[in-house]
Order: sequence, then structure tokens, then C-alpha cells
Amino acid sequence: MEEYEIVIGLEIHAELCTESKLFCNCAYTFGASANDCTCPICLGMPGTLPVVNRRAVEFAVRAGLAMGCEITASSKFDRKNYFYPDLPKNYQISQYDIPLCQSGQVTFEFEGEPRTVALRRIHLEEDAGKSIHAEVTGDPTRSFMDFNRAGVPLLEIVSEPELHSPAEAIAYCRAVKEILEYIEVSDCNMEEGSLRCEPNLSLRPKGSKELGTRTEIKNKNSFQELIEAMEYEVRRQARILDAGEEVVQETLLFDASTGKTVAMRGKEEADDYRYFPEPDLVHVQISGEWVKEIQPTLPELPAARRERFISDYDISPENAEFLTSTRPIAEFFDEAARRSGEPTTCANWIMGDLTRLLNTAEIEIQDAKVTPAHLNELIHLIADATISGKIAKSVLDDAFETGKMPKEIVAEKGLAQITDTSEIEAIVLQVVEDNPGPAQDYRDGTKKAIGFLVGQVMRATRGKANPQLVNQILTRVLSTE
Amino acid sequence: MSLCELTAHVLHEKLKAREITAVELTESVYARIVEVEPHVKGYLTLTKELALEQANRADTGFQNGDDMPALAGIPIAIKDVICTQGVRTTCASKILETFVPPYDATVMTKLHEQGIVMLGKTNMDEFAMGSSTENSAYQITHNPWDLDAIPGGSSGGSAAVVSADTAICSLGSDTGGSIRQPAALCGVVGMKPTYGRVSRYGLVAFASSLDQIGPFTKDVTDCALILNAICGSDAMDATSVDVHVPDFTQSLINDVKGLKIGIPKEYFTEALDAEIADRVHTAIAVLESVGATVEEISLPHTEYAIATYYIIAPAEASANLARYDGVRYGYRNESPEDLIDMYKRTRSEAFGEEVKRRIMIGTFALSAGYQDAYYRKAQKARTLIKSDFDAAFEKVDVIATPTSPTPAFKIGERTADPLQMYLSDVMTTPASHAGLPGISVPCGFVESGLPVGLQLLGAPFAEEKVLRVAYTFEQNTDHHRQKPPIVTDGGVS
Repeated sequence: MEEYEIVIGLEIHAELCTESKLFCNCAYTFGASANDCTCPICLGMPGTLPVVNRRAVEFAVRAGLAMGCEITASSKFDRKNYFYPDLPKNYQISQYDIPLCQSGQVTFEFEGEPRTVALRRIHLEEDAGKSIHAEVTGDPTRSFMDFNRAGVPLLEIVSEPELHSPAEAIAYCRAVKEILEYIEVSDCNMEEGSLRCEPNLSLRPKGSKELGTRTEIKNKNSFQELIEAMEYEVRRQARILDAGEEVVQETLLFDASTGKTVAMRGKEEADDYRYFPEPDLVHVQISGEWVKEIQPTLPELPAARRERFISDYDISPENAEFLTSTRPIAEFFDEAARRSGEPTTCANWIMGDLTRLLNTAEIEIQDAKVTPAHLNELIHLIADATISGKIAKSVLDDAFETGKMPKEIVAEKGLAQITDTSEIEAIVLQVVEDNPGPAQDYRDGTKKAIGFLVGQVMRATRGKANPQLVNQILTRVLSTE
Repeated sequence: MSLCELTAHVLHEKLKAREITAVELTESVYARIVEVEPHVKGYLTLTKELALEQANRADTGFQNGDDMPALAGIPIAIKDVICTQGVRTTCASKILETFVPPYDATVMTKLHEQGIVMLGKTNMDEFAMGSSTENSAYQITHNPWDLDAIPGGSSGGSAAVVSADTAICSLGSDTGGSIRQPAALCGVVGMKPTYGRVSRYGLVAFASSLDQIGPFTKDVTDCALILNAICGSDAMDATSVDVHVPDFTQSLINDVKGLKIGIPKEYFTEALDAEIADRVHTAIAVLESVGATVEEISLPHTEYAIATYYIIAPAEASANLARYDGVRYGYRNESPEDLIDMYKRTRSEAFGEEVKRRIMIGTFALSAGYQDAYYRKAQKARTLIKSDFDAAFEKVDVIATPTSPTPAFKIGERTADPLQMYLSDVMTTPASHAGLPGISVPCGFVESGLPVGLQLLGAPFAEEKVLRVAYTFEQNTDHHRQKPPIVTDGGVS
């Protein structure tokens, strides 16, 4: 492998989570019965016409701004012509020479170093339907079509070929996924096909400036498959080049079961899409004012947020990574940290007990009944010694279950610590009287015997006594008697 | 005079005064259909039962003394390229032989709001590709003025039925002249509004950047009434334009004093039939005699209009017709070897020769390596043609030309020579490129008795001026009142 440099570019397709499709009013739900989410327009019936969904354009602009693109003031749609049964009109409405967003970049961390990859463009296009073949129906004599997905808005994000290893390509894909999720334009669910990463990959002799012949790998719906496919393809191309042969430019499918890529049967006339301007649509006009309206609605992006958590809250890079892994987690932490002024404590609670509870309940943080306000109150109850850390855990469990505020739980269940020294002293005296043996052991110099006595006091108070006070008072009582 | 011979505005008065009923009127039209339709063959589908229901509904309104719209109860025919919910829409193609749209075109929704009576669907060149209606997969439509002649095309059926009084009015579509040219050849009024004036939603696309729906009528007043009903922007058509829609009947003014009419010299060449040139010059003289100023103008890129048209229109058509693949609806070959074979057999078997020719031309014009030389160059030429008109309309209000270089030719005369057929559109395609409103009004007859049309063109959205000039011309002539003697072996109908 030493003699080749790997060159990878990526085309990422993300389905936008708009309420309706790109050119009609149909709503799309994953898993709906076949052809339930269709209308004459997305079925390409005669005489129907597309009308651009303004929301989809707005989402594309959000993505463009989040990735530092130039937003094209007047862009256009084009027809990409090819015959395929899943394409109702036998042309796809896409964008050819004037995409919505141009240039731009994505910054991410790779092997501890920041990396920036340039984008070529981001454009909008319509998704196609799905063929249902014998492996699903059991009938090899015919295929069926499901057009539910046909016309769903797709964002295509095209990077420059600037990635140099499969692992780096994956890191880039994760960064793009994270941004799209953060700005809430796509749910990026790879299993449901709403995020598809298609790498194009070539090898060239190390030090060479010229690009080698590339192959494209189609529609991988997990990062695991994607990395296996790229690694296989690197080995395959290296073998070809080592043998002095030439790589054929083609589109490949990765078969996860065999771990190999195979050439895809080409779309009919795949070589010439005969792009031309879509005459059914006028140019998409995006005014500077509109962009200015959209800009402030963008959230702080993950990379910036990570930086801020590290510098402002003194959070370790590893913890910052976890705390920015989704936008809801980041916002939860940010608000809890701000409210409480105890970022480290907040981080520990979120990454520890709260995450445990979320995992057990199999829900996301944004769906939990516990809010940053709960966490803030809980932290203050510990800080002012109203409850112990141990009691706090049970209060959190309760709050997670019921949504009640910690103060209310503490009051209802009488969980407040006993800090009244005379009350504790009375209990201590009783415990010493009831346990003469351990008390004598302590006095005789077996200092660790105090542990047992503390435990007895705590037991008598059902954990509510302040442990420090118990210790102090016990020590005093035992040494004075 | 039977009711079927009258105009919509005259019939409206009679319906309103309850002198007649819409059912009587509809019956009168169907009686005429029984009489002459076997000779004219303008209809592909008749919907009499539905029509009588609609007529009944209109009558109820009139009987209740409701304020009825101008087209309520008026029997209207629809070109079979416009989608009609529940009524077969074939585009005169075998590939859509069984296609019944589950939706109405926007124009149909608007006409139904008016309470029209839909008579049926009219014959046309397959997918509106042609100038003679001979490219229909189903039948040949005959010109009521000479049953051996073509009615023009592609909206030949819609023109012929109005001419033959088998409809009061009709809708057609005009891509390169498909309303204006058959209107001229059948001696009726036909108008293509400005591109974007009428919603194309539900109009089966031939060439999206050129297609426009418009009316065929027996006079200019009826034309204004139909425009009133069908114009206006539509949320379902992104290319429809949101401009004010005036009451077009306000343009029916018998006065052209102060209006300047431009006569483009490029339209009066040797290719123009001498008798046509004579009738058109006479018509222009009529307008001049009632106060219009006439001025010769130049539209220098006119000669490129046909070549440009026969690149852009087929290019768009090659994509628009790709959806007819046998997968979802329409004709499908049932014994293919595989998917690609299914596509090939389906499309080879169910498209006619002219449609296939244009798909091939269009596919070629868009192909890698040829797109610059054909499609892109044609787009540039289109811009130049449009600039010619922009410059002309700085100087004149309306442009007057012949609608067709020849009167109706004989059936079969040009079918062997597509280029000759394409030249039928030489007078109409330039305005199509520029998206201009254009009307053809009857302006006389050649010796053989065939009608001649005068084409009047306006600047974009200047339909009112076009209608005013057309109306003035009509008020000062009586060509539009002539009825074709439908001569068959059985006599004159």
C-alpha cells in the first residue's frame, strides 16, 4: 500500500425532513403502505406540473450556510434524463450547472487534528421510488413499484476529492451528518435510507498530482459497510495497478455478505443524461433578505460548540465530544451548566446517571421528563447539603419517572438531610448505648470500628443524616465518654 | 337558424330570458353531431349523458333566476390533450388509449365553475405534434369547408367542430400555431393567449416552454368570454404569471383610431400563397380605412423560427414523453423479454411515426456533443426572435400577418414530406417563441372557397389590444358569419 495515495471524494444524499415533497403536497412517512404517499404529480401522470416547495429551498439554504457555502441568488432546476422504472417521469428534476449552494467547507476532527474539506456544491433534487423484486414478493415473474419516496427532497452534498483514507472519509461523513442533524433539516437515518454516502475512490502513485481513474460505490446505508467497501476497493484497485492494468471507471455495489464490490448494471444510457433546463419551473430566487432571515435561525454548530464547552466550561475534549454528539444533548448541558454554574457537575450527571436512565428507557434526552431545570435544582440541593449525593440519585430516578421537581420529591418523601446537631446527637447516643462492643473497640484504639457506628446512625435516619455531622458527633461522643 | 349555429353570447341572452333551455341547446348540438360528425370526424369521445346532466344543472340555475355566468349551459368541446376527470384523455395516441385522468386540468375546473356543458373530446395530432390532425392514431378529421382537405392542426378537431356547428366553442392548445393555424383553415376565431396567462396544469405537455391553452369560437366576443373564464395565475403551475386579468369583454370596442399596426415584411415572401397575400392585404386595408395606422416593420430573425422551433419543441418533448413507458399507465407490451425490451416494444408499438421522429430529433439535439450546436444555439436564436418582437412593440401596438402561408391542403398531400408539413407553421412559430398573444380571425376566402385567416399579435399580456383590433375588423366585415356548406355524396348539410 505504501506506493499509492488514496483519493476519496463523497457525494452525500440526505432526505430533507420537510412536511411535504419537493414538488407536490404529499407527506412522506417511512414505512407507509406502498404508494400511499403519492399523488398524480409525484407519480408523473400526464399533464401534471411540479411546483417548488419553498421550505425545501429554505432547508437547503440552511445547510449551505452551515457549511459556509455561497448561496446562489438565482439558481435553476434541470432535467436529468434516464429510463428507470423507479423514476416516474423517466427524468429526475435536479440541478445541473447552477446549484443552490456553491463551494463551502466542512471542518472536523480526525486523529486528534482538525481537518477541513472543501465542498464543490450542494444542490436540491427529487428522490426516486423503489422497486420491489422477487426477494420480497417471492414472485420472480414480476416486479412492483413503490413511489412513496418519489419526489422527496434530497440534498446532494458534493465534496472535493480531498480525503485520503477510508477512516478519514467516514469522519467527514459523520461531521456532515452531525451538521445536518444539528440544523434540523434531515433526520439522517441511514437504516431508513434518509442519508446515503457514495464515495468515489481512486489511487495514485504517492507524490503524483494527477488523479487516477475512480470508481463510485453506491448507496451504503451504514458507516460499517461504507468503510468495508472502501477498504475492499482500495485493495482491489491496488491489485489492478500493481499488475500494471487499468482501473475501469464504473459504479460499484458493495455486497456486505461477500465483502466485495461488484459492477452495477448501468442505467440505460447512463453516460448521457441530456441535462437541460426544466421548462416547467422558473428560476429559484433567493434574496439577500431571505438569507439574512435564515442565518440567525441557525444553531451554534457542533464544532464551534465543542470549542466553547472546552474553553468556557473547562470540559475535557473527550467529554465535550460526548456532550455535543447530538444537538439536544448539547443544549441540555449548555442550559444546565448556565443555570447551575456547575458545568463539571452537570457533565457528570448527564454522562452518568441521566444517560443510564435514558438508555434503560430507550428514549432520547429531548423526550425525557427531566429538564435542565431539574438538574439545576438537584445540584443545588446537594450543594446546600439538603440531600446527599446518594439520595440525589434516587431523587433523579424519581424525577425521571414522574417529571416532578427535585424539591417537591424531597419534601414529599421527607428526604431532606437531618442537619440538626441535637437531633443527630440523640440518635448517636442511642446507637452507642445499643452497640457497646464496637464503641469499646473504638475507644480501645480500633478506629475503624467507627464505620459500623456511622452506618447504624445512617440506618436509623434512613440515610437522611448528614454523614459529616454524624462522623463529627460520633467522634466527640466516643472520646468524651 | 338552429341553436347550434349561434354564438355563446347570443345563446346566453336566450338562456337568461328563458327563451331556450340548455338541454334544448345541447340536444340541438348533438342533432347536428348526428348529422355531420360522420363526415367531419372531429370528436374522439362524446359525453352526451354527462353533457345533458350538466345542461340540466344549468337550466335549474336559470329557472331559479340565479345570476348565471356567461358560459353557463354553453356546449363546449375540449381538445383531447386536456385532462378531464373521469373522461378518457388519449392525446390521440394509442399509448393513452385507456387513460382516464383522476383529475381535471385547471381550465376544466374553471369552466365547470362557469357551468359549461362538455360535449366531448376532440381529435388532434398525436400529442399535439402536427399541422393537419393526420397524425391522430384514431381518425382523420375533415375540413368542413372541403371534406377532402385537412382542418389544420394540431387542434384540428377543435377547429372543425366549431366550424361545423357541432360545438358552440372549444378549447385547443397552441405550441407552434396549433390553435391559430387550424382556426384560419376552418374559418373560425382561434386565440393563443400570452404564455403564462392560462394555467397549463392538466394540459398534457408537448413542449412545456411553448404550450398554451386557448379558445376556438365563432366570433371575437365569444373568444373574450372564454378568456375571462380560463385566464389567471394558478398555484399548480409555476410558469403561470400573476398579472391582473382584465374583463376582456371591455376590449370589444369597434374603434382602432390611434392604434398602430405593424406589417412585418418577412412574412410576405414568395412562399406565401398569392391569394392569401391578397386577402390579408385587403384585411389590413379595412383596418386602415377605419382609422388604424399601418406601418411596415422588420422582424429580421423570422427565417430562423421554424428551425429553432423544430429543435426546442422536440427537445422538450423527448423528456416530456419519456413517462409513457408502460410501467404505470397506458399501453404496455405484454410479452417483452426484459425491462429494456418492454420499454422498446411499448414505445415502438404505441407511438406514431411523427411522435417517434420528434423524440429522436429531440434526443439527438440534447445529446452530449450535439447540445451546443443544436439545443443551445436554438435557445440563442429564440432570444433573438423575441428581441425582434420587443423592438417592434416599441413602435406598434399590434402586428398583422397571414396565419398560414396556404389555405387548407388536401388530406395526404404533405404526409410524405415532414419538412413541407413543418413549413405550415412558418407564420405562427415566431410568436410562440416569444410567448406572445395571437389571434386568427376569418378574413375571406380563396377562389376554391377555402377560408383565410388574419393573424394579429400583441406584446406579452396585451390581449386587450389584440381583441380590440380583431373585434373592430370583425364588426366591419362579415367573413365570420359564413357557414361551410358540408358537401357530401349525400348532399349539402
